[in-house]
Amino acid sequence: MPDTLQSTQTPRPVPAGADLSGNRATQPAVEFRDVEIAYGKFVAVRDFSLAIAKGSFVTLLGPSGCGKTTILRSIAGLVDITKGRISIGGRRVDDVPIYKRNIGLVFQSYALFPHKNVFDNVAFGLKYRNVSKAEIARKVGRALEMVRLPGSEKKLPSQLSGGQQQRIALARAIVFEPEVLLLDEPLSALDANMREEMRVEIKKIQRETGITAIFVTHDQEEALSMSDRIVVMNAGSIEQIGTPEEVYDTPATAFVADFLGKANMLAGKVSASTGTTATISLAAGQSATVVSPRPLAVGDAVTVVVRPQKLSVGKEQTSNHLSGRVLSTSYLGGSVIYEIDIGGGTMVRCHTAINGKPAREGEVIDLGFECDGCVLLDANGRRIS
Amino acid sequence: MTKGWTLYDPRLAWMLVAPVLLLLVVFLLLPIAMMAVYTFFTFVTAGVEESTLTLANWREFLTDSYYHGFLLKTLRVGAMTAVICGVLGYFPAYFIWATSFKHKWMLLLLLIVPFWISFTIRTFSWINILGEQGVINVALLRMGIIDEPLRMLYTEFAVIVGLVHFLLPYMILNVYVSLESIDRTLIAAARSMGCTGAQAFREVTLPLSLPGLAAGLLLCFVLAAGSYVTPQLLGSGRDALFGNLIYDTIMGQLNWPMGATLSIVLFVVLGIFAAIYTRYMGMSQIVKGLGG
Repeated sequence: MPDTLQSTQTPRPVPAGADLSGNRATQPAVEFRDVEIAYGKFVAVRDFSLAIAKGSFVTLLGPSGCGKTTILRSIAGLVDITKGRISIGGRRVDDVPIYKRNIGLVFQSYALFPHKNVFDNVAFGLKYRNVSKAEIARKVGRALEMVRLPGSEKKLPSQLSGGQQQRIALARAIVFEPEVLLLDEPLSALDANMREEMRVEIKKIQRETGITAIFVTHDQEEALSMSDRIVVMNAGSIEQIGTPEEVYDTPATAFVADFLGKANMLAGKVSASTGTTATISLAAGQSATVVSPRPLAVGDAVTVVVRPQKLSVGKEQTSNHLSGRVLSTSYLGGSVIYEIDIGGGTMVRCHTAINGKPAREGEVIDLGFECDGCVLLDANGRRIS
Repeated sequence: MTKGWTLYDPRLAWMLVAPVLLLLVVFLLLPIAMMAVYTFFTFVTAGVEESTLTLANWREFLTDSYYHGFLLKTLRVGAMTAVICGVLGYFPAYFIWATSFKHKWMLLLLLIVPFWISFTIRTFSWINILGEQGVINVALLRMGIIDEPLRMLYTEFAVIVGLVHFLLPYMILNVYVSLESIDRTLIAAARSMGCTGAQAFREVTLPLSLPGLAAGLLLCFVLAAGSYVTPQLLGSGRDALFGNLIYDTIMGQLNWPMGATLSIVLFVVLGIFAAIYTRYMGMSQIVKGLGG
């Protein structure tokens, strides 16, 4: 829903040299500065700093227990932060109680009020915002149209399917035009088909309304397909912040490479290095020459990260060659996933289009990857840049 | 292996419920049926009745306002007890539910501790508290606040106090169970949409705990209205309830047909209340409450 209040105001000219941080247009919708959240002695989140641009769709991605839900709950005011500060629209909210924060929340469990019908559920937030009855009816009607469930006002939540309930929960969270929409694993209770449908729907509604959305998930596909930016978290801290392409193609750490798409990690040592390339002798026995962002010292331990999709099968014109014995073949119709032992105790996964007959288990096949089809990590698991 | 028997065989199910069914039929349905038949027997003199069928007992009950007064009074005392239990019981239930105290089970255990002492002895204890030489009167006399003992024991007040003491744990457990079944994210959701804590209670917690409160009210009402020991020990003759009337009719006047009639009346009246409740709330709530 467009912010009618703002659109009627003419933007004031900003004097030269003025501090732009006070300008609403450039202000992040949500900002964390050095936030720490602890439960007793257990630190759930540490040194968390993040600025989320207005109108963007940001995903907090990580395994369970990484602190992503804790961060989401701290925006809502459901958990207190122990250090740092959180601002919503430039307003510091550390001491603002939950009911004055003006945020929309969608829960994994839907959290619809079972004793209220759809209309009363969706109207709930408006009721506490001094909106007239006629206006409430109009806005609820619009919100229900937006989630494609018009005419369901009189139904009780128990009469709706899981997907429908989640749509109502979404309508309820956006109907009062909150500053931020928080989505806490909203799709994980749905079955696979419904999940994909809701993914598209949520994204569409977010774009139409221009609302700032923060989405929490442990599902990398959801994160990659929906987000403008992804914040990959692990053990209470940020591993990487970037667009889906950035975090997927150039993972900043070994954790990101592994968590997003289970990249192949080929350990090795630098055997030769020029300004732009490095030759790595792999622990598996082969050697590979890859693009290096900077000269590397010979003898340094590095890890070559190659996506399963970047590995090709057959003696093609790729710059690097590997070979190994197929351990398992997963036929997926249009493509196939091989698990291949390339020696030295190294197992790689290769996801490739089918060219002829898929290789069988036990067969020895040739693999290859391009010199720029990979990322180099240093001995600490950080990307070399 | 017995031929054709499986774990889900309906015959097996019947065999498993058979003992309970038998118990219920022999010790519940049959006695009630016999009582119902007795209401039509003719009363000759104390301890003697003959099986000539008559409507005299029912006629007497329906026309004599003495009985109606007892019935109304019993329902009134039962209702008052239930309402007082509801008001007093909701708060401890809410507290146990809401507290972040680690050992909640201990608080729940405290609710059950009174049941370790015989109900009769618990009722007797009120004599030492409310009586002329009881704690309250002695304390007030010593402090010079009153000149002569207050009459608290053997009044309707004492009966209700005794019943509340007896029934409060049932109420607390019922309310607690229904509170416990509330998904707490509902409250977080309400708060996030602009509710203060008190508003969230009114919008979510209270309405969703009403089934438990209603179950508690019904249970307390039925148990209070059917009580016999408490009014016997803590009330005067005037404060007797319907249960005492039945006892007196059967054991005092030895008028079994009339006693049976009164028993069936109480049974039917309380049954109607339970039926109304079941119609609107479902009996499962009470079962949940009793199960803790």
